[in-house]
Amino acid sequence: MTVDSATTSVTAPPPSKPPEHREGSSAAMRSSFSSPLASIIVVIITVLWTIPTVGLLITSIRPQSDVANSGWWTFFTHPSFTLANYSNVFSGNNSGGGGLAPFFVNSFIITIPGALFPLALASMAAYALAWVPFRGNTFVFFAIFALQVVPLQMSLLPLLQIFTGNFSVFGFHIPTPHLAGISWMPYLPVWIAHTMFALPLAVFLLHNFIAQLPRDLFEAARVDGASHFLIFRKIVLPLSTPAIASFAIFQFLWVWNDLLVSLTFAGGGTSVEPLTARLSQLTGAFGSKWELLTAGAFIAIIVPLIVFFSLQRFFVRGLLAGSVKG
Amino acid sequence: MSPHFPSPAVLNATFISDSIPKVGQMLTALAVFFAVFLLVFLLAARAKGKAQSPIAIAVFLGPAVLLLLIGLVMPALRTITLSFFNSDSSKFVGGLNFGWAFTDPDMRTVLINTVLWILIAPVVSTSLGLLLALLIDRMKHESVPKSLMFMPMAISFVGASIIWKFVYDYRDPAEKQIGLLNQVALWLGWKHPPNWLLTIPLNTFLLMVIMIWVQVGFAMVVLSAAIKAIPSDIIEAASLDGATGTKLFRTVTVPLIRNTLIVVFTTILIAVLKIFDIVRTTTGGNFSTEVLANEMYTQTFTQFDNGRGSALAVILFVGVTPVLVYNVLQLRKERATR
Repeated sequence: MTVDSATTSVTAPPPSKPPEHREGSSAAMRSSFSSPLASIIVVIITVLWTIPTVGLLITSIRPQSDVANSGWWTFFTHPSFTLANYSNVFSGNNSGGGGLAPFFVNSFIITIPGALFPLALASMAAYALAWVPFRGNTFVFFAIFALQVVPLQMSLLPLLQIFTGNFSVFGFHIPTPHLAGISWMPYLPVWIAHTMFALPLAVFLLHNFIAQLPRDLFEAARVDGASHFLIFRKIVLPLSTPAIASFAIFQFLWVWNDLLVSLTFAGGGTSVEPLTARLSQLTGAFGSKWELLTAGAFIAIIVPLIVFFSLQRFFVRGLLAGSVKG
Repeated sequence: MSPHFPSPAVLNATFISDSIPKVGQMLTALAVFFAVFLLVFLLAARAKGKAQSPIAIAVFLGPAVLLLLIGLVMPALRTITLSFFNSDSSKFVGGLNFGWAFTDPDMRTVLINTVLWILIAPVVSTSLGLLLALLIDRMKHESVPKSLMFMPMAISFVGASIIWKFVYDYRDPAEKQIGLLNQVALWLGWKHPPNWLLTIPLNTFLLMVIMIWVQVGFAMVVLSAAIKAIPSDIIEAASLDGATGTKLFRTVTVPLIRNTLIVVFTTILIAVLKIFDIVRTTTGGNFSTEVLANEMYTQTFTQFDNGRGSALAVILFVGVTPVLVYNVLQLRKERATR
């Protein structure tokens, strides 16, 4: 059950038990509530939950005139189909387009390092906290754990001042590297901000997992004279793959879907901004151009949906563990 | 910032020529990052004897702790300080910003809205999630409804907001409708439905629906796992004693999943307290829908009032403190029993 231990914490639910328990409990409970009625209610709610997304998808593939003059539900009686909305919103080849293509690229450029940097730093920190004994170990772990819940809003302004070299305390200017001004590395502030904000959760999640690895492994390796670095590379990393995958997916989606951090640290127009920031603006600018807005929104949500449906197992685990983040 | 729209041919060329350096930057950054680590690892691994452990701690833990100090601890302390200063942080003003936050008429709307969000959205999401978890436990093919209801959790709040803004789209009843809600209202015989997102206070509740839509799936999946983890003999024993239906639910199921219920509830509570993207994307905080987290952003980065913005951030922080303390106490208990 080591895999599930990554989520067993106060921030996560108890892991689901193996199937044999399930059968018993649901069989006994079934008698207390009629199953067909339950199924009908669930199906109705599921349909209700899905309709808004279906409406978005259908609208995005209908021609502009149809979208403006009839509800998407008439699609079933009067089907019409076009991909023009996507090409318009993606490349912006007419005056109403959104030109989302560069923002789509930006989202990837922000998200990939935004997930890999904290992953590397956190797995190392988690190993040190779990297997290198030192004074203050518990304190550091608890402090990092507590930082998970601190709202990002507490950091935004001072961190931006640090990045722009405008950090001063009581009138005294404190020189900081002007990271936001490096023209050939415009993504640096947003990468670093995402890395910083991801660390508390990442360290906590990976620590829970790494601390549960069998003690014998580490003792045997130490007896053989292996250094911490060798142990980390040869034992910890290979054995923690499930936890690393869970966090990587969680963080990928978190960064991809984030608006607050990117608005604050990636406000550079087409050169840096991700899709979320751009779409949030277009909602105002496009007004009632629903065919473009829905296509744009679908472009933004298709990536997380692919990740979600293909890696659901890891995703759910990471999400459950990390739901209090930021 | 006004977008410009180049012709297709130009766009394709510029798009590609713009994207290549971006990808190059990313690969360079990743390569440098990992090269530095490899180098430090190789050097640090040569340490022998007594220095081994301290060096390992410094290399493994140092970068993370340093980034946390610079990125979270120091800024948080700084924000607390700034909240007692004026808009450009040049003059100490005591509790003036907090006084403004609690007495200004516009701020009163913001606070009332935030309290409404906190009181309603977490309770509705958690109870609906619990109901669904119980119902779904009695179904044969549970994976499909579970996936579909959990799906909104994968979508960004921006995406969810656009999806729902379209549902709420209002047109005069005489015209052809494109917003689902208005159409359904008309079908049901409501002659003059309100202009949904412009009607106060209805609009705030409609925005809450977006949050609930996102969070119910989360609550359902977590609670469903907890219900399945209840040992079957407990349920059987209770049934033998004559507990059925709601009694079984009230006296056995709920107490056994109490901790999970608290986790789900507080998790959604924190998310609701910090809700920002939904309000920003749907109404921009207009029409009396403003909430604390969005107002904090507006005060800081639109009004450039560092004092007020920081004071609002501090209020948010105070709001999550009970959860923070509770979580730390729980973790201590958990570690003590391990």
